Amino acid sequence: MKGGLLLHQYRYDQKQFWREPAGVFFTVVLPLLFLFLFVSIFGNDTTEIDGRPIKASTYYVPGIVTLAVVSATVVNLAITFTILREKGLLKRVRSTPLPPWVYLAGRVLTAMVITVLMVVAVVGLGRLVYGVSVPSRTLPGLALTVLVGTAACCALGFAMTAAIPSENAAPAVTNAIMLPLYFFSGVFIPDTSLPEWMRSFASIFPVRHLFQSFLEAFDPGATGAGIAWDHLGVLALWGVLGAVVAARYFRWTPRG
Amino acid sequence: MAEPVIAVRALHKSYGEREAVRGVDLAVEQGEIFAFLGPNGAGKTTTVEILEGYRQATAGEVSVLGADPQHPPAGWRERVGVVLQELRLPSLLTVRETLTMYAGYYPSPRGVAETIELVGLVAAADQRNSKLSGGQQRRLDVALALIGDPELLFLDEPTTGFDPAARRGAWELIADLRRLGKTVFLTTHYMDEAQFLADRVAILKDGRIVAEGRPAELGRREAGAVTVVTFGLPAGVAVADLPAEVAGRVRPVAGVGGRLELATDSATRDLAALTGWAVGREIELDGLEAHRPSLEDVYLELTGP
Repeated sequence: MKGGLLLHQYRYDQKQFWREPAGVFFTVVLPLLFLFLFVSIFGNDTTEIDGRPIKASTYYVPGIVTLAVVSATVVNLAITFTILREKGLLKRVRSTPLPPWVYLAGRVLTAMVITVLMVVAVVGLGRLVYGVSVPSRTLPGLALTVLVGTAACCALGFAMTAAIPSENAAPAVTNAIMLPLYFFSGVFIPDTSLPEWMRSFASIFPVRHLFQSFLEAFDPGATGAGIAWDHLGVLALWGVLGAVVAARYFRWTPRG
Repeated sequence: MAEPVIAVRALHKSYGEREAVRGVDLAVEQGEIFAFLGPNGAGKTTTVEILEGYRQATAGEVSVLGADPQHPPAGWRERVGVVLQELRLPSLLTVRETLTMYAGYYPSPRGVAETIELVGLVAAADQRNSKLSGGQQRRLDVALALIGDPELLFLDEPTTGFDPAARRGAWELIADLRRLGKTVFLTTHYMDEAQFLADRVAILKDGRIVAEGRPAELGRREAGAVTVVTFGLPAGVAVADLPAEVAGRVRPVAGVGGRLELATDSATRDLAALTGWAVGREIELDGLEAHRPSLEDVYLELTGP
């Protein structure tokens, strides 16, 4: 019964996601565009992981996967729920018998489905256009990172709404936080070109650990199943922190 | 007698130092359209949001459909429809999609097509909500409140910002709800709206109810307690020349030179005395008029500074 209700809500949330041009551009189009740009410009360069050389195109596929996951979860949910809160739609829905968690879960499910679509699209394009091999032996590492990363990032998206005062501030605040983190974490520019302090600083935050987990799964020199337990552990801790903050500070009524 | 749908006793709500609601008592019976009338900031929305369960009362007893709205039992929300003061619509869905989505939240909703027809949105049913006019958006908002087929509806200033035609349309829609047997709790700061729609009106000022009753009875108007007779006297005739029964009670009308008024609870007798006296002296009482104060007069007097 509740599962049916969730699917009902999910249908309309999915519909609304695809009808928002700005959201579709930043979540779907931009990561693919960046994959094209970065691989076209730097694709034939060589960079290193743990001192071993790898092709830059192999480096950029997990980088853009990271961008896609963060966009579809943290950024998407933080902006969407701030708007829903400020427009009073959260308040409105509380007057209905719909259990509140179903309303939240509909958007989370939407974010997760889009995340999986984007991972498949980026990895697929990387393979078809740039010949970056799809992880097979390390597929468990990729899958586990998608799972833990998406869950942690959804929690962080809800937590971030608490820091955003208005719907107009939502894109600015999320980008002001995420854009530097992408650069500091080596998502756009390989680690080898980054100053040490930048990498250390980025190591505090979840984006770098998400990226490192994906990188492990794509690293041709990786051993075992490609699972970076240390990075996944930090990511999970961030997820728990996000969930605690969200549970404490998430609001259903407008601030403005 | 059946238990009232809404029962409120000694309701208080404070925000820090500020007391928004200071001792409100209310009883709304089943099938009634009850209007809560008052200027901005009188405490209307605060009270309604306590009844809807959005806010917690500081003190007092609140029962809506036999339950505390802060701790509604299972099934309570299905029986209550809410239209908030501000429009709250998902802009990217169409009218039909929005209603179908909301219908899914309820165990036994009204039909979507039938509800679209009831609120007069058939022609706009497949338009995105963002493309609707203000009046159409409010109609959809009301339709969302109706889709679960509730027994009780809260409408918080449903026509604020409407043009006169849209307001008429909304009134007819609300009047239709009466035919459906719904209990409606309405807030408004429009007198004509309360007069047109409500079975009973309570006037709220500074968090207190200052008058309550049927619109026609407010300010004891129906009992004929106060009728105001106004007239003018020709030059050379003084107030002191008027018949003794009325002379002592006649006052000049404030702000209108030469006009006199007489407030009376026995208009027939006083008019007879006045006109009998005038006819006997062949005096024409200039612009003679007798009227009962309108709801608006009562409202302005009660809510004035």
